[in-house]
Amino acid sequence: MKNRIYLYARFERFWHWSQASLIIFMALTGFEIHAFYVLFGYESAVQLHTTAAWVLIGLWIFAIFWHATTGEWKQYIPTFDRVVTIVRFYSVDIFNNAPHPYHKSRLQKHNPLQRFVYLLLWVLINPAIWISGLLYFFYNDWKALGLASFLSLEVVAVVHTVAAYLIFSFLIFHVYLVTIGDTPLTHIKAMITGWEEVEQEE
Amino acid sequence: MVNREQRCLALILAIGLITSLPSGASEQPAEAAPSALRSQSTADHSTFEALAQRFKSGRELTKACLSCHNLAAKQVHTSTHWNWEFTNEETGQSLGKRNLLNSTLISVSSNGPYCARCHIGNEWTEETFDFSAEEQVDCLACHDTTGTYASKKMHQLRVKCSACHVEFDKSKSRDVVRKPNLSELAKRVGKPNLASCGSCHFYSDGGDGIKHGDLDTSLLSASRHLDVHMAKDGLDYSCTTCHKAEGHQMRGTRYAPEAKDTHGIDVVGGSRATCESCHGLAPHPDSANVKLNDHVDRIACQTCHIPALARGGRPTKTYWDWSTAGRLNDAGKEIVEKDGEGRIIYSSQRGGSQWSENLVPDYVWFNGKIEYLTMDDKIDPASVVQLNTLAGSSDDPESRIWPVKTLRGKQPIDAINETLASVRLFGKKDDAFWKAYDWTASVGAGMKAAGREFSGKVGFVETEMRNPVNHTIAPAEDSLTCVSCHSRNGRMAGVPGIFMPGTGTGAILDIFGLLLIGSSVLVVLGHGTLRVLMKVRNNGRRRPS
Ligand code: HEM
Repeated sequence: MKNRIYLYARFERFWHWSQASLIIFMALTGFEIHAFYVLFGYESAVQLHTTAAWVLIGLWIFAIFWHATTGEWKQYIPTFDRVVTIVRFYSVDIFNNAPHPYHKSRLQKHNPLQRFVYLLLWVLINPAIWISGLLYFFYNDWKALGLASFLSLEVVAVVHTVAAYLIFSFLIFHVYLVTIGDTPLTHIKAMITGWEEVEQEE
Repeated sequence: MVNREQRCLALILAIGLITSLPSGASEQPAEAAPSALRSQSTADHSTFEALAQRFKSGRELTKACLSCHNLAAKQVHTSTHWNWEFTNEETGQSLGKRNLLNSTLISVSSNGPYCARCHIGNEWTEETFDFSAEEQVDCLACHDTTGTYASKKMHQLRVKCSACHVEFDKSKSRDVVRKPNLSELAKRVGKPNLASCGSCHFYSDGGDGIKHGDLDTSLLSASRHLDVHMAKDGLDYSCTTCHKAEGHQMRGTRYAPEAKDTHGIDVVGGSRATCESCHGLAPHPDSANVKLNDHVDRIACQTCHIPALARGGRPTKTYWDWSTAGRLNDAGKEIVEKDGEGRIIYSSQRGGSQWSENLVPDYVWFNGKIEYLTMDDKIDPASVVQLNTLAGSSDDPESRIWPVKTLRGKQPIDAINETLASVRLFGKKDDAFWKAYDWTASVGAGMKAAGREFSGKVGFVETEMRNPVNHTIAPAEDSLTCVSCHSRNGRMAGVPGIFMPGTGTGAILDIFGLLLIGSSVLVVLGHGTLRVLMKVRNNGRRRPS
């Protein structure tokens, strides 16, 4: 039986799409800074990347605040419950047209695999790109901050670039996975309107 | 393209024009010329009685100057310009023209009276020149504001023509020997201007622009693009605007430069010949890219603001090969060979040359300390010998990255003792290289004059000499931009000890990164294709697993 539920609050949807566009834009400008291609020109790329970074940081501060006050952060608490089933679904059952074994609900938006991946993103990769990006930006103040003796710009750039590759890879899987709902646009519509049709847990 | 002859002609015409001017002033000696009232000086020398004489020699003129400026000569006597000697207190090295040896005209010590003809003394033509006599100071050498005196003095002293004119053709130059008109020049003395200083410094090491690449006659009519400070239609600074010269002591010496000025603005009373002296420690305005001021701690201003050397149309020498000098033609006469642009690429007198315009400088870490190779140092003839070494590194907080002009070349050594060789170029006897083209004899005479042993065997080594550059500051819009350095193969590519954002983080990381992205795409594509295929096979029905 299908049920229409309000899955994503307005802030969440706003946050999701603005973050998505910012990250794509930052990857675009970032890999230009990384000397892969010339699009805006190095100077403009750096300025755009930096401006976008400040916006993203602002957004993240709001998001953290929102998650904390609404208790939504609990959605990311990892669970091993039925992880194996989910992994089995994506690697085997899905080809046999099996239904998704996990049913979203207002209180459990993410399946256990998603929880792990998002947690990894939020605990490791995002802080890595965030911290390394800020260190990169404030390179000139390292001496005043007492960081100069043990940090090197190259290491910071490497960490930042590794994190950028990981985020990019995440993006590819993420974009693919959202298209394998009932129809390719099911999940995307949900993230736009907030409402999604979900199978009710029996 | 203006060739060398046309340029010479233009210069001669310009000089002619300038020298024809004083006749107006001399007709009305008692009255201050209107232009004098606009000058910064409070005195009009053309009206002075002490100067209204027929001067027969530089000494007489100097005595007239000293009758008012009674401390001037004493002050000059303590200057580098006078002594040609500079002791670097930090390294303890005795430097200055008198002691140093380079790869251009090699050594002053062995050519004493000849090289010394552009000294600011009255005729240091004898070894016995009295450095303590006040009237020996040649005031006009610096205070002639027409910029014509130095050249005339050289001609009057009969400096060997080839010292400046490599292609000198005696048959065509009957009346070049011009005597300076001391009485006229005396009326036009004043603070040294660009032409005064330039009359020697533009011609360093034997010709316009040869040595520096940032100091040549193009500055006399500089556009804003060539030099924002000296532009005729702009700020119109003279040398002493930056090189403050209180009591005849010039600020800003090449022998001990200030590579990183941390004093900041203190221009009141005169600039210390550093950019920071006027522009301060955060020179870029708030409207500029915020990252620019972040660069000043490690990048010298000159690095971005001198985008290239020899930008004014005067080529500078980049290679000077003495080892081929002295080749004569079948008639036993000297040879001059030029390239398509009229630049001399070979002359019997000076050997092989390479020139450059709009030359991209080399970049090095530099903390202001320069060690010079002296004739006492042993050299390795198999290596490229560094005539001077600019100290500095990325770990040294006193260092900044500086642009330098590098002059490469080959020059004579004592092949057995393995030391640099001093050479006698000028002279009437056969031990002068430019007389008999005999290396052994002229190195022998040079070494003797320098008080060094000579084994009797001459060899040649490759040498390099680097000079930090400071002049021809371009306006902001012509300066380097971010990508000049922040790009693969950018200008700092060879500078050690730096990580340059904008050049990537190394191939290995990118290989792994692109593999990750590539395999992500493959997994997703594979997964998707398989899904579609299976769906078709199962006719959209669920298959029991
Ligand atoms: C808080 C967030 C971020 C901050 C503060 C930040 C800041 C910076 C800074 C300052 C640079 C160096 C620019 C320069 O050359 O001066 C940089 C480079 C770069 N950024 Fe970011 N960034 C952030 C997020 C991201 C994101 C989300 C991505 C991509 C998904 C990204 C990808 C890159 C890449 C690839 C480079 C080039 C690294 C190199 O080659 O050195 N950045 N970032």
